[in-house]
Amino acid sequence: MIGLALKMLFGDTAKYLMLVFGIFFATFLILQQLAIFCGLMLWTTSTLKNVNAPIYVVDPQVSQVNETTPMRDTDVARVRSVSNVRWAMPLFNGIQRVKLDNGAFKIIQLAGIDSASLAGAPATLVEGKLEDLRLPNTVIIDKLAVNFLSSDPDKPIKVGDQFEINDIEARVVGIAESMRSFTGGPYVWTTYERALQYAPPQRKMLSAVIAAPMPGVTLEAAAAEIEKQTGLRAYVNRDFSFDAPDDFNTMTVFWFVKNTSIPISFGTTVIVGLIVGIAISCQTFYAFVLDNLKHLGALKAMGMSNFRLSMMLVIQSMTVGLVGFGIGLLATAGFTFTAIKNGAPFFMPTIIPFAVFAAIQLICLFAATLGIIRLSLYEPAAVFRT
Amino acid sequence: MKPATDAIVQVDNVEKTFNSGVNAIHVMKNVSLAAYPGEILMLVGPSGCGKTTLLSAIAGTLKVESGSIIVFGQPLHSMSGSALTRFRANNIGFIFQQFNLIPTLSIAENVSVPLLIQGHSNRHAIKAAREALDSVGLADRWRERPNKLSGGQQQRVAIARALVHQPPLVICDEPTAALDSKNGEIVLDLFLNVARTPGRAVIIVTHDNRILSYADRIALMEDGEILGVTQQSHNIPPKFIHEHSSPTS
Repeated sequence: MIGLALKMLFGDTAKYLMLVFGIFFATFLILQQLAIFCGLMLWTTSTLKNVNAPIYVVDPQVSQVNETTPMRDTDVARVRSVSNVRWAMPLFNGIQRVKLDNGAFKIIQLAGIDSASLAGAPATLVEGKLEDLRLPNTVIIDKLAVNFLSSDPDKPIKVGDQFEINDIEARVVGIAESMRSFTGGPYVWTTYERALQYAPPQRKMLSAVIAAPMPGVTLEAAAAEIEKQTGLRAYVNRDFSFDAPDDFNTMTVFWFVKNTSIPISFGTTVIVGLIVGIAISCQTFYAFVLDNLKHLGALKAMGMSNFRLSMMLVIQSMTVGLVGFGIGLLATAGFTFTAIKNGAPFFMPTIIPFAVFAAIQLICLFAATLGIIRLSLYEPAAVFRT
Repeated sequence: MKPATDAIVQVDNVEKTFNSGVNAIHVMKNVSLAAYPGEILMLVGPSGCGKTTLLSAIAGTLKVESGSIIVFGQPLHSMSGSALTRFRANNIGFIFQQFNLIPTLSIAENVSVPLLIQGHSNRHAIKAAREALDSVGLADRWRERPNKLSGGQQQRVAIARALVHQPPLVICDEPTAALDSKNGEIVLDLFLNVARTPGRAVIIVTHDNRILSYADRIALMEDGEILGVTQQSHNIPPKFIHEHSSPTS
């Protein structure tokens, strides 16, 4: 019966291709939009990835990592004094302006880290030495900055080159791997003290205290103890998870979901994709069933049960779903390759393809159900009258 | 008339009405009829007289309001839908006026359908289908699609499909309506062979006066009633009778 169902489906090439196109279009639209949305949301947490530390201690008013309410430098010592804390270091984090050698200005995400421990330094250097950050007026830039901060596209920034941050010299001593920031600017690391020189002076300059717990103490326990003893807000920095609503990554993503129109924009497109998928596949599949009603009715008259006929329609619709989804996934992969190459935000958690596949198959099952209802109403005797 | 005890199809006092109220159409009025093994029974009459409705009821595709329809000892009038479906799959071969071959399947695949419905493997079904096609003279065209065949050849494929699972009763609705006289003759000869197979019967609904001489008995219907059943004087006609000259002959 499976062969019979598939041959009937593939034999009607025009409708088959129309069905596959509808599903492909819906799949591509949904997957691509969800992946860009997830990519953007991931970028909102890039500071937490690029300046990696187990615990971020911030002002109690702060609810996401890109929001800065400066604290006093003495707050570092207060956090260090907490018994469960193994180490605690200052962090400056903020957007600054860079003047290129052609006079143009670009924005960067400047991270000032402790010069002694270099806690919060980039995890992977592709060029240069981390220790050179202790030399005067030195910075480490990320790979994005190599072209981003170059005034000449043919002359990318390299180790040893210089530029100015707020009119103060910055010499590149290393190039690091990093995740792009939500604002689009590259990450530049320097020491905390030098970051305070680069940034316009304010009464309070400390963006956060990054910390780690004593061995044997969980992050949550240490964070709770810091909050209890200092009155500051301590966030655990693991990764985004629906199971960890208090994680700084999760808090940051949810803040953007709640306070920006980004989810509405992407959600609308995803819903449009679903509607288009439902409309095209249901309408076309129903037309396909109507076109084949005479033949399906003959099968019914010849003794094929409603259940087996229904299964044939389910197999046909789910095959269309599988093929359309497969092509949509391939197209999304192609799009991903191009998009990532061009620096677009793109991140696809494993669950998304599975969830979209389930949604597509539900659409196809719905389309099959319409056909099944029509077929179940068709009396086998009608085949003698057509 | 043959004795009722031999009947493989026994229809008694059957009534059927379509629609209700002022729109009610009484398509079968107290219809009684029998069919016997080894015969070709033809139902004739004007359009709308209830021939196809009676055929549908005998085939178990249409429920009747009253009366009884017993086919091979099974009371079709009181069987459930699923039991009727199984009954049709195992006992009845169908030949439709428009052939109803599935255009996206090969000829052999079309013929194999009744065996697939019965649950046979695809391999066995195709093998049996090719044998059935051989019996209707289309063995060498088993891979082709129905649209590559003439009307007569398509009807022969439909006959092969109706016979492939060796049903004891073959039901035909206007089998020659779309055929010229030459192809009609070929098809009727095939029906004769089928009907003469022990334990089998063929019931044909027709408008086509040209084929009446092939019938062993003819039931005349009008306004939902059987007006009479005539016994043919000759059982096997020597030649297809042309009452009207066909444009293609």
